[in-house]
Amino acid sequence: MGEMEQMKKEAEALKTQIEAARKAAHDTDMASAASGVAPAPRVQLKTRRTLKGHLAKIYAMHWCTDNRLMVSASQDGKLLIWDSHTGNKVNAVPLKSSWVMTCAYAPSGNLVASGGLDNMCTVYNLKTPVIKTVKELDAHTGYLSCARFLSDTEILTSSGDTTCALWDLETGKQKTVFLNHVGDCMCLSLSPDMNSFVSGACDSLAKLWDIRDGQCKQTFQGHTSDINAISFYPSANAIITGSDDCTCKMYDIRADQEVICYQDAALNSGVTSLDLSASGRLIFAGYDDFNCNIWDSLKGEKVGELKEKKKSLSWREC
Amino acid sequence: MSNNNASSSSVAVVQKAVKQLSLEAKIRRINVSQAATDLKNFCLQNGHKDPLLVGVPSSDNPFRPPKSCGLL
Repeated sequence: MGEMEQMKKEAEALKTQIEAARKAAHDTDMASAASGVAPAPRVQLKTRRTLKGHLAKIYAMHWCTDNRLMVSASQDGKLLIWDSHTGNKVNAVPLKSSWVMTCAYAPSGNLVASGGLDNMCTVYNLKTPVIKTVKELDAHTGYLSCARFLSDTEILTSSGDTTCALWDLETGKQKTVFLNHVGDCMCLSLSPDMNSFVSGACDSLAKLWDIRDGQCKQTFQGHTSDINAISFYPSANAIITGSDDCTCKMYDIRADQEVICYQDAALNSGVTSLDLSASGRLIFAGYDDFNCNIWDSLKGEKVGELKEKKKSLSWREC
Repeated sequence: MSNNNASSSSVAVVQKAVKQLSLEAKIRRINVSQAATDLKNFCLQNGHKDPLLVGVPSSDNPFRPPKSCGLL
């Protein structure tokens, strides 16, 4: 088909154009630009609490905005709400499906959500006398990998069906579907101003989306395997990704490209989770070999480790 | 025998890819040097407020080990 050939050529020409534009902007990299910055202090952290209560693998956890309560999800079929200051369990939410992969705490603290191999996102109200299921969001045709509340009336989800979706919690319907990935969407992160989000997928791409118009604005390449974890930098101008290719990367949004890669020849396990310290200086990355490495985000150097005997799957700090 | 449905949907797929690439090609990019400087400045300006970088005084730390209470 002549039309097909022509369009494929057009696609290739556009890709070349984008790569050339990125290269032209690549007058340095992050590590070189930060060469004059004093190294981050060697980070030594102490375990302050061990939260025991789940009976099977813990797949996800999420802090409440009060930096005190948190929700965790386990394949023992429960969500547990913890008071991290006391170490006590505040609530237990039994799940219809025990194959949970994600959980989320609403910014208000009123709601939590969970989802997984049931392909649904279930939302619970913690503030009613007895915890109630308020909605079952059912439209994805693949597993629910991640969910994040924008408010008590809107939630974003990412799915193994390669789409992300914005849902109206009053109607229970999808308001916007974000279509562009060609692999399972594994993770998402909301921008601090909540006007956009980034997603990471098994197509090894990270994409930046406009929440309101549903458009994919930018695509970030470089990883050579599934992106399992993603987070906005607190300045909102960059994102950090973690991948099965054993590396984390920082992509700058305004430069539209990778600016630093966090890797070490000795590391040959995939990155499963990540989060950043308050200033963004420290990246905490969890790996498949049960370790958590701490990276200096500016200089690309490893500055510490969290070593535990048992597997720590999903780490987040206040 | 041509399969019109299959070929028209794969044309649509490539059409969509071209449309997306055109959108992405048009964005304005800043130099990495400027981006890196802004990131560096943000980090340095906020570093003193970052508890995992500078530590937390025991009196302010909600996770500090509880003080033992000698009742006798």
